Parts: sequence; C-alpha cells; structure tokens
Amino acid sequence: MLQKIYDWIDDRIDITPIWRDIADHEVPEHVNPAHHFSAFVYCFGGLTFFVVVIQILSGMFLTMYYVPDIENAWKSVYYLQTEVAHGQIVRGMHHWGASVTVVMLLLHTLRVFFQGVYKKPRELNWMVGVLIFFIILGLGFTGYLLPWDNKAFFATQVGLDIAQQVPFIGEQLKTLLAGDPEIIGAQTLTRFFAIHVFFLPGALFALLAAHFILIRKQGISGPL
Amino acid sequence: MHKGKGMKFVGDSRISAEKKPNIPKDYSEYPGRTEAFWPNFLLKEWLVGAVFLVGFLCLTLAHPAPLEGMADPGDAAYIPLPDWYFLFLYELLKYNFASGPYIIMGILVLPGLAFGALLLAPFLDKGPGRRPQQRPVAVGMMMLGLASVIWLTYESASAVDWEARAEENKPVAEADVEIDEEDPGFAIYENSCMQCHGDDLSGGAAAPSLIGTEHTADEIADIAQNGIGDMPPDQFSGSDEELEQLVDFIVSVNEEAE
Repeated sequence: MLQKIYDWIDDRIDITPIWRDIADHEVPEHVNPAHHFSAFVYCFGGLTFFVVVIQILSGMFLTMYYVPDIENAWKSVYYLQTEVAHGQIVRGMHHWGASVTVVMLLLHTLRVFFQGVYKKPRELNWMVGVLIFFIILGLGFTGYLLPWDNKAFFATQVGLDIAQQVPFIGEQLKTLLAGDPEIIGAQTLTRFFAIHVFFLPGALFALLAAHFILIRKQGISGPL
Repeated sequence: MHKGKGMKFVGDSRISAEKKPNIPKDYSEYPGRTEAFWPNFLLKEWLVGAVFLVGFLCLTLAHPAPLEGMADPGDAAYIPLPDWYFLFLYELLKYNFASGPYIIMGILVLPGLAFGALLLAPFLDKGPGRRPQQRPVAVGMMMLGLASVIWLTYESASAVDWEARAEENKPVAEADVEIDEEDPGFAIYENSCMQCHGDDLSGGAAAPSLIGTEHTADEIADIAQNGIGDMPPDQFSGSDEELEQLVDFIVSVNEEAE
C-alpha cells in the first residue's frame, strides 16, 4: 500500500532523487560520537537548529494569545503567564530557548572556527552562518520588547538611542525601527512585532536553507 | 542520466517517464567506519535531541520566564538592562574610550571590526593549514575577542543584584475593582486617606496601594490611627463606629479585588 502511494507520487514528481539528496548519505567516522566521543562537538549545529525549531513552534503558539498593542501587550502576556493552561511553559520555552539558541550558536561557531573549516571551499557557508548569527541577535533584540514590561521598554530605549548615534543615518535608522523620531510607543511595538515575526524569520529561513543546501553540496569537512 | 532526444516524459511535464530503481548510492569505497544517515544515524540524533529536550524542559519548569510590571515610560528611576547576550556591548559603552565624544568607537568601530572580521574570516585567514597551531594570528584574535566578551559580560552582570532587581520589579496584578462610593466607609476614606492613597485605593507617590494589602482588619484600624513606616499617626480621627466602617470598606475592596 505504502509502496503504491510512493510509486503514484514518484510517477508524477520523480521524488526519488530528492529523497536521495536529503537522506541518502553516509556519516563519516570522525563526526560520529558513537566512534569518537569527542565528536560530540559536531552536535552543536544540529542542536542549534533543534532549538530554532522549538522557537518557531512555541512562537507560533504565543501569537495565539499575544496582542501587539501597548494597551494589551503586557496584559496578554500576563494572562498567558498566569491563566492560560501551560501558557507559562510555552512562554518559558520561548524565553529560555532564545538564550539556549545563542549559546548553541556560539558553540557551533567556535567549533567551526577552531577547526578552520571556513577555509576554501567553504567560505560562502561560513558567511551565511555569520549572517544567521546576526539574524538571531536581531530576533533577540526585537523579541525583548514584545512583553512590553519595564525591562523591555527601557532596554529598547537604550538600543534605539544607540542606533540614533550612528553618524549620518542615525535619525533615519531610529525612525525606521521605532516608527517615530521621538516616541517609543504603539508604532515601535507593532514594528518590532512585524520584524520579529515576519521579516527576520523570513530571512532566517532563507539563510538556513542556503546553509543546509551548501552542507549537502560540499559534504562535511574531513578530520583535522 | 538520460538527456536530450528520445526522452519520454510524463504527460506534458518534465518528469522522466522512465523508471529508475530506488537503490541507495554505493559507499563501499568511502573511507573509515561510515554509517548511513538514514535511518541509523538519524535515530541516534533523535536520542540526543530527546535528552536535550528533557533538560531544556526541566529548565523552563524550574525557572518560569520573568515578567516585570507593565512598561511605564515615566519611570525615571528605572535602570535599563539588556538581555544577557547584549551585556558586553552595553558594558563596552561605559568605558571612556567608547563613550561621550568617542561613542562612535563604542557603537561602530569596535563592534564593526570584531563582527566584520568574523564575517570575513575566510579572506583574512587564507593560509592552507586548518589546525589551530598553524594559524596563530586568527586563533589569537578569536581568543582575544572571546576573552573580552566574557570579561565584559562578567563585569556587567556582577554589578547587578539580580534577585533584588527581580523582587523590585514584580508585576502587580491589575486590580479591576469597582469602588462603591455609596459605602459609608468611602466617605470616611475620602476624608482621611484618599489624599495619599488615591481615589481608587491604588496608592500614589507618597503611599502604597491598599489593594492587595497583607494587613488584617485589626492592623488596618491600628495603622489608620497610629501610622506605620513613613505614614504619620492620627490620619484618621473619628468615632470607633466610623473606624469600623472604614476598615470594612478597605477589606471589602480587597475581597472584591481577589
């Protein structure tokens, strides 16, 4: 039965090569912790992706309750935190997931750096990876404002003040992020929400796809 | 792969009509003790992922995500603090060479150099050797950058009393109470207490909120007459009956707020 379904789909869209590309490859001995325990350092990248998936899923559930509006943002988070069944856990996963993503990403970056894996022919993938790092930091910065509590508001104020001090484009940069040259308010919150939920995740997915396609194309680097 | 003339397609698509057998690639010549990704290695990855997930969930259960009081842009006394992974940048801006007239140094030059070098590492470190000891400059710069980030984060974090900070900024549950202005106690409250404690009992600059008070009825009566802390005595002056009405009013508002 399953084989028939597979054949039916395969007849139409020729799925076998795609399947071979995604799943059919050998894992070399030197990256397999089952053979060399020290190879656990190769887990950091995969674990980063795992936490990113947790972030995407928990974030999707958070938007079911969250209201990006200065009157209700804090109240909706407070309600989620105190009244909604398991809301505290879902928000906790998203909150701690942000920190764990940064830690895992840092460990992965250090592993790749100290092994010198960014050298030819993997320069492009290293740069894609550093861009992913920037995107993740951007997600952390924009997500910090969304609960609209005091620490969120004042940290964002400091962040935007710093942006304003950039020469030549400072004012415009601040206005672009905050929606107003002076006020940090309703516009800022909706902009940060849009950036956090649509713009940066969109960029992140594109970069992650590039990251994985490049790994698949080039294969894992050899042992040191 | 068959290309060009003589190819047969499914309908008008570009999918080849010729069936290819679904046989995995041959890895017999691949060096070392390799393992198939699917399903052998993926199963192990899932096991690692499951252990990781359990640890992660324990963390979220043991430490609920913090939430402070609702943003109050007028709160001039609040000391801002970014999330921990931005603390090093925040701390950097406190140094003289990276603040005031040299702020460009702190917000653009130093972070730009560090992150720019990270982005362009493959073009700065072009030698053929991959081992750390074959590229001392690159590794040295990374160690220096890493040490500075750790040091700055430590400097910034150790200056903060995290527990006191969390305690101070606890969110106050929003009391959505109807104040019954017909209550005989309200008139007495209006005379004696409202100036400091506000017309909805929510407190003000000089006095705390009376909603959510942990004092008992007797203690409230005592405080109204004798004061407590910064509150002077003899705020209430009236008969015992009026005192009882006042206390009943405050207690009833508290009961409604719960």
